[in-house]
Parts: sequence; structure tokens; C-alpha cells
Amino acid sequence: MQHFPCPFCGPRDETEFHFAVEAGHARPEPAAAVSDAAWSSYLYENASPKGSAREVWLHLTCGEYFIMTRDTVSREVTGSEALPGHAP
Amino acid sequence: MSGWRHPDLGAEIDRSKPLRFTFDGQTIEGFEGDTLASALLASGHRILGRSFKYHRPRGLWGMGADEPNAVFDVRHKGIHWPNARATLTYAQDGMRVASVNAWPNARRDLFGVMDFAQRFLPAGFYYKTFMRLPWRFYEPLIRRMAGLGRVDPDFAPAADSVQVAAACEVLVIGAGPAGLAAARSAAETGRVVWLVEDARHLGGALRRRGGEIEGTPWRDLASQTQKTVKRAGGRVLTDTTLWGAFDHGTFAAWQRGPHHRHWRIRAERCILAAGGIERPLWFANNDLPGILSAEAALHHLHAHGAVPGKKILLATATDNSYPVAKALVDAGADVTLIDSRNDTPGLEGVTHMAGARIEAALGRHGVTGATVSGKHFDCDTILCAGGTTPTVHIWCQAGGKLDWDEDRDMLVPRPGTAPMTVVGAARGTLDLATALQEGKGAGAGGDPAGDTFPASDPATPFRPDTSLPGRQWVDLQNDVTLKDVGLAAREGFTSVEHLKRYTTLGMATDQGRTSNFGGLAAMATLTNRTIPETGTTTYRPPFQPVPLSAIAGPARGALYHPLKRLALEASHRAAGARFREYGGWLRPAVYGVGDEATLAQQEALAARKTVGVYDASPLGKLDVIGPDAAKLLDFAGYIRMSTLKPGRARYGFMLSETGIVYDDGVVLRLSDTHFVVSASSSHVDGVRGRLEDARQDRIGRGQVFVHDVTQGFVTLTVTGPKARAVCGAAGIALPDLAHMGVAEIAYKGGKMRVARVSFTGDMSYELSVPTELADTLRADLDRALTGAEGRWIGLEAVMILRAEKGFIVIGKDTDGQTMPQDLSWGGPRTKRADEYLGKRSLFTPAAIQDTRRQLVGLRVPEGGSVIETGAHLIPNHGPRRSLGFVTSSYFSPNLGRPVALALLENGHAKIGAEVRLFNDGLIRVAEVTPPCAFDPKGERLNG
Ligand SMILES: [Zn+2]
Repeated sequence: MQHFPCPFCGPRDETEFHFAVEAGHARPEPAAAVSDAAWSSYLYENASPKGSAREVWLHLTCGEYFIMTRDTVSREVTGSEALPGHAP
Repeated sequence: MSGWRHPDLGAEIDRSKPLRFTFDGQTIEGFEGDTLASALLASGHRILGRSFKYHRPRGLWGMGADEPNAVFDVRHKGIHWPNARATLTYAQDGMRVASVNAWPNARRDLFGVMDFAQRFLPAGFYYKTFMRLPWRFYEPLIRRMAGLGRVDPDFAPAADSVQVAAACEVLVIGAGPAGLAAARSAAETGRVVWLVEDARHLGGALRRRGGEIEGTPWRDLASQTQKTVKRAGGRVLTDTTLWGAFDHGTFAAWQRGPHHRHWRIRAERCILAAGGIERPLWFANNDLPGILSAEAALHHLHAHGAVPGKKILLATATDNSYPVAKALVDAGADVTLIDSRNDTPGLEGVTHMAGARIEAALGRHGVTGATVSGKHFDCDTILCAGGTTPTVHIWCQAGGKLDWDEDRDMLVPRPGTAPMTVVGAARGTLDLATALQEGKGAGAGGDPAGDTFPASDPATPFRPDTSLPGRQWVDLQNDVTLKDVGLAAREGFTSVEHLKRYTTLGMATDQGRTSNFGGLAAMATLTNRTIPETGTTTYRPPFQPVPLSAIAGPARGALYHPLKRLALEASHRAAGARFREYGGWLRPAVYGVGDEATLAQQEALAARKTVGVYDASPLGKLDVIGPDAAKLLDFAGYIRMSTLKPGRARYGFMLSETGIVYDDGVVLRLSDTHFVVSASSSHVDGVRGRLEDARQDRIGRGQVFVHDVTQGFVTLTVTGPKARAVCGAAGIALPDLAHMGVAEIAYKGGKMRVARVSFTGDMSYELSVPTELADTLRADLDRALTGAEGRWIGLEAVMILRAEKGFIVIGKDTDGQTMPQDLSWGGPRTKRADEYLGKRSLFTPAAIQDTRRQLVGLRVPEGGSVIETGAHLIPNHGPRRSLGFVTSSYFSPNLGRPVALALLENGHAKIGAEVRLFNDGLIRVAEVTPPCAFDPKGERLNG
């Protein structure tokens, strides 16, 4: 079982977390100006890197979303930060 | 009958405590401390089972988890173990033990005829043969003949295994010499050490090899280590299988005892000292009973005083076997040592044959002789010392890689590829002094990974030899011969992973501990590759079979997925409610005695005739509070809520970004800055998560908060023409509310929220009170109901009432493709100019195509029966294909006919048309209608 560090609660068991989304995808807006291709890319196209990945996770027990950097091969967690503009 | 009990030897048995058990009905005598294996060995029993495929007689091979043959069905004191390894199961007085895979028993197995058919049963036989007729034709026969033990469907093991989470600084796996030394030295530096040992006793190889360590008997090291570890705050777990290595230093261990314990251990550091396993040798008939691992024979001798035979042949290529021969001679056996090396010195009292090799075992039900370098030789037992395979399962589970060490003829851990330190035989160190030194160094914080091994003579490797005549077994448990490996190689299954699947080599309870190396080496020889080129199979948890009951612990039955319970459950039960799960909640299905469907019909009828009350407490109550509350709900929802006036409620949807309807429900606005979102009862957590997502990532945290207060309130919904009267009679001072009006009133010293919201189509009042007022409200309504000839109604009736109205349940009447326009809620899609969750997805090509499945109602011809939920809708003409399916279907007691909802391709344009329904081969017709079948004008909302 992995240990994930919530920036608000500290290290906790992985069962307390949900993966949310790959980090860094800005929502294209307004809808009327967004092409089908750009929207489908936003919805479905992920880099899914082998190695270091930046991801948004939800800590279910405190309800906070945060950004975690982890290695998808070694499972090593190298960073954990609150969403931009919000310090714990 | 060749095994016997030595009069004195046997350090781990208590001769003052004899015991008896039965094996295939025969009484076997043993002592406390005997395993089933040692007791049977000492009693002279040889045939302990029949082989998997050919039903050949098989006897004991090993001493632990490596045992491929002696797998038993054991019953004792009401407990049943279907596949118990004889070597790991301690004998208990009164046990009933049966061989598996044999009928009627191992000694007189009637399926033994399979052995004569062996040439018709090569590897892949099943795959090749049973393609012709359906598997179900052969299955009963094959299941009876093959496979190991049988699960007793009537036996339910107790859900009493304790689950414990623990942490330590240093986890030492294996309490052999290296593990003991590691644990002791780590504890001496003040570390909290956990030492986990599979066996009941500490010592590992010392238990059979004995000797002195640092000038004192080895047992001193064991007891000292135990003391030192405990003093430093650590633990020593014996009879405990460390079965899995997982991410971030998590390990799983299964501890046996009167009650199983399942440990989840988090370790800062791990030292693996799992030892090694002896390899077999390959010669004709090498599967006969009476052929054992030499190390196992030594173990059974010293631990239990059990000796496998009187005239013993020991085949080896290493000095390590000489002490084994000596111990057996000292115990009184006649031993001949066959060393494949030339020029090896003899041993006093032991017949010695240098440069010789064993080519065949002779005998039918057990060893009666052998062919050694072409000459006949009389013996009753053959011991094999084929070399050592390091036990690297845990290393590999943790991601570790292996290197082929040519000199030592073994696969060893490649340094730096897994987060643990390996010491002793597990890294190929067979020399005691070096193993102790490695353990000591690792315990103090070092890692011997960089150390070179002490110079030793290159091992003389044994390899399967395909030129020898006769059948040579590579895998005893799965009945795989060298010929099968050859066949796999010829047919192209040369990868070890393919070899494993094709021949089943290395599967089942022993997971190839004694067979993987032989299979690998044979494949390498047959394909002219080196061992590293041939590769190894993957190691996955568990290290050895672990009962699922130990892993599951108490999380079974009602505790497996605990349901949410209503605050008023007891009162509902007292009123005759029959409960069922609805979306994770245990809720009343119907009230009363008798047929459930009939009761639901009666309840649905009464609710429209007079009045019904149901417990709607699971309905979500998400407080959305703050100046930005409306802004948040506008973005997160499909229907705008900022235009909602305080004191009013509005039906809304929440979409996913993909435009798919995720949830529906009513939003109440209590004030400018306070909304309550009534999420569906099973979607509360998800809706809250999505609201939080929008809040934290878009709207901003400072001006709005989301609180889930669902379980703080009880909601009882009063519905029907007499709803207002019943509320009045219950003493509730109803405010003057129009449909979709909301107000808070004083009630019994607290507050009650009254919402005129209807899920039934009749005038309804949702009454929500804090949980502490729940009993009061229930009692008040109960009294009033009696006077109004109303009744409590369960969820089954509510489902009928809402289906009559065409009201949907998300996930039942919608699926993973349903968008709001498919539910006739296209308005906001065309009108809203602002951004909201899922907006762009409502305009993709898929969202606007005319083949979308849309919600419709269905009406069967006069006198027709209720349609089966799930029935497909198919075209009236042309090729048959699914146009959609029936999502909800009931008999409506209020209309006196069936009603149904369906998702139908382009359904909105087909209202009034006829459609065909297909279910289980039968076709019928129905008329497509609007979803609402009852009171389409909504006149009953006002009573
Ligand atoms: Zn947290």
C-alpha cells in the first residue's frame, strides 16, 4: 500500500485518496469558441508519462484536491502541493 | 514401509505427548511437534498422494512450502483445510487427513490407469483435444480426475482473523542464521525490529545443520536474538508467512494460531533472509515415493527423529551433502554417497562413489533400487542434492531483478534493484560464517550487495539430460516431464512464461519452487540458450497460499460493505418494514406480511387514494453557503440556480464534463447565500466532490463552503391528497406554500424544514428535522396516518409512483450516454450563454446526431402483461438490432395497466408509433408514449 502526502493532512494510506485528473490541462473556454478537436483533447488526451507525472488527487477524508508529483514506474512520490493560489 | 522413527533424535517433538490421527482412514501415531509429513514419514507411509495428471503414486519430497506432493485434505474440530501441505501442517490428536487427487485413496487409486495412457496425454493435450466439443461436455469428468483438494461448500470458516496494521524500523524476513544475526545486530543499535519466520521454530537451516555460533550452541543465538529484539521494542513472529511485498515499504504477513492474524506491516527498512531451497535431480522415474530432498531428510531427522529409509542412496555434487550422509549413518542408516565429481575424498562409514551419476530409480509404488552409472543398485531411499535455489520471491515482488551467477550456478538478486537488503542463502551465500557476517553487517545498517563472495570451487551443475531413457519429471505437482518441455520447445513455446502456461509447469500450491529451475534449465538446453537468455517467470504475491479468510478478516457478510442505516430503522421494523439495500442504504422496501409485490401495489394505491408517508432521509442534503454559492451552483449545474428566489426550490441536473447526466435533484434556496442540494441518495459523495472540485479549482474557497449534512437530518415525506390534513393532524403548523415552495418552521422546540417537492406527482411535503426530533415526528405522523386511513409506504411503492409519472432515477433510466436533451431538458443547452460543467460536450457531433437514445414511455396493448425490464427495443422492419432498452417497468395499480420507461433511439420523434420489444427470444409490441402516464397535466400536485 502506498503512502501519499496530503499537503493539509500529511502522509496517509492510499485508500484515502482518489485520482482526479492529470495536472496542467487548462479548460478551454468559452464553449462556443472551442473546436471539437480541442475539447476532445481536453477531455481525453493525457500524456500519461512513464516516469515523473504531475497529477491532481483528491484526499477524500479532508476533501481537498492537490497536486502530487510521483514516478509512475517506481511509485516514488517526489512532491505534493496545494492547488495554485491556496496554501495549506 | 521403509521410514522409521529414531529412538532419541528429534529436537522439536515431545515424546511425552503422543497423538493419533487418521490418514485415508488408517491410524497414524506421532508426537506433539510432528508435522503430518514427519509423522507419516516416521510411520513408514510412503504413498501420500496421486499425481495431478497421471495419478502416479507420490511421496514426501520436502520440508516446507516447497512440498509438491504431500498435499492433503484436513479436517479437525469443525475446520476444513482443502489443500494443506503436510510439511506445514502440525499433526493434532484426532485430525482426519485424506489424500487428494486419488479415488478411493492414494494407495489404491483407480485412476492409476491414467499413467498407462500417458503417451496420449502430452503437454497441451487439453487445449488440443477439447476444442472439438464444448468444454461443458468434458468438464465434469476432468474436474473429477484432475485438480487438487475440493472445497466443501458447506464449510464457512469463521470470520475471526484479526487485521492488524503495524510499523517497524527494520523488518527481517526469515530467522535462519543470517536473519537472526541481522535482527540481533539491528536491535542492538536500538532499532525496533520485527523478525518474521514462516516456521514455528527459529533457526532455519540451523535447525537441521546444528552447530556452534561464536563458541556457543546455535540455540543461544536464537534465544539471545529474541530477547534483544523484544528489549528494543520489537517483535518476533513465528508460524508467520510474510507473503507479499507491496509499495512504499508495506508487507503482508499471515500468522497462524488459534485465531489467524493478518498483519500489514510498514517497515522503514527490510532485510531479506529467506534462505534457499534444494533442487531435485533428473533421472528416470525421479517421482517415485522414497525420493526426497537431502536437506529435507536431514531436517526430518533432527527436528522429528523421522528417517526416510534404511538403505539410502545420496546423490550430490557438493561438500554440503557430506554432513547429511554422516548424520544418517550416525542415526543407523546404511548410506551410499554418489558424488558426480571425481576425486572427492570418502567419508568414514559411508560407501562412496565418485564420478558417478544416478540414471534411473527402480520400483513401482516406491523406490526399490536405482541404476547408477549403468549398474543396478539396491536401496529403499534416494536423496537428491541438486544444488540450491535462493528464495527470492519477496525480492522480485518488490521489483528486484536477478542476475545469473555462473560460478555458483544460481539466479541471485541484482544489487540495487529493490528497496531491501538481502543476506545469506537468499543471495546465494551458503557458507555459515559468511551468512552470519552478512546478517550482522546488514543489521547494523550496511548492505553486503557490493561484497564479493568468498572464493569457492565452481559448483558442478546438474542439468536435465534429454539423452537419458525413461520419463524424467520436471514438475511433480503438475506432472510435467522433460518430454513435455521438449514438446513445448518444438511447438514454439520457448519463452518461460509460455512454457508455464502450456505445460502448467510451476503453477499451483508450490509455485514451482522445486520445478522452475529444472524447466528453465531444460528449455535453455533444448533451445541452445543460456539461462539468462531463457529468462525467469514473474513472482507475484502470495509467497505461498494464504487463506482468503485470513486476508478478508471480519470484512464479510454484513460487514463486507456496511450499509448506511436509517435513524428510524428500529421504528420502521416495529411497524413491519421489510428492508433492502437501495444505493448503499438499508431502507424499507414494503411494510407488512405477505407477498412483497402485492404489498407494494397496495401501498402505491393507498398513497394516491388517501396518503402515504415514506422515509426519504437518505436524500442528500448538501449545504452550499456563502456569497458565491449561486455562482458555484450555476457552474456546477445544468439549470441556473442564481435566478432562484429564496423560499423556492428548482429541479436541476449535474453533468459530467462529458455532458452525461451525473445526477438530478431539487435545489432549495433558503436565503441569498444558503442553498441545499438534494443529491440522489447514492450520489451524495460524488456530487459533493464535484462541487468541491469547482469550488477549489475555479470559484475560489473564500466565498463559499460546501457541507454534507445528510446524516444530521431525518426526512419524512408525506404524499397524497390527504397530505396536508395528515400534517395538520400531526400538529405541524404548515406554512402557506405553493408547489416548489420551501420554508422553515418551529417544531417541538427545534426547527423543521418543509419543502413542497414531489417525487410522486401528488401533493407532497418533505419534512426534515434534526435527527434528535426524528422519533417525535415519526410518532406524530403515525398517529395522524391512522386517522386519515393512510399508511407507511416502502421504496417499492415509491418506485411505482414515480414511474407512473415518468420521473427518472439516474443510472436506472439513464446510462453512460444520456444527456439532458435526451430527457427533454434541452432548454438550458440552447439558452445559457455562460459556462457550466459539461457545456461544450452538449454540442459535439455525437451530441447532436439523430440516433441518440431518448427517454420515452411505453404502453402495452390492452390486457398486455408487464414488460421485462431490460428488454430490447428493435425495429419493426429490417435487420434486427437494438434501438434501446426498457429501463423501468411496473404494473400501475392506479392506472390498472403496466407502465414502462425506455431509452429509445430517436424516441422523441416516435411518440405514438409502434415499437417491437425483444426479450429472451420472444417478441411483442408496444406503443411509444411520453414518459408521464399518470396525471399528465399535473393537477394532483395541488391536492
Ligand atoms: Zn487531507
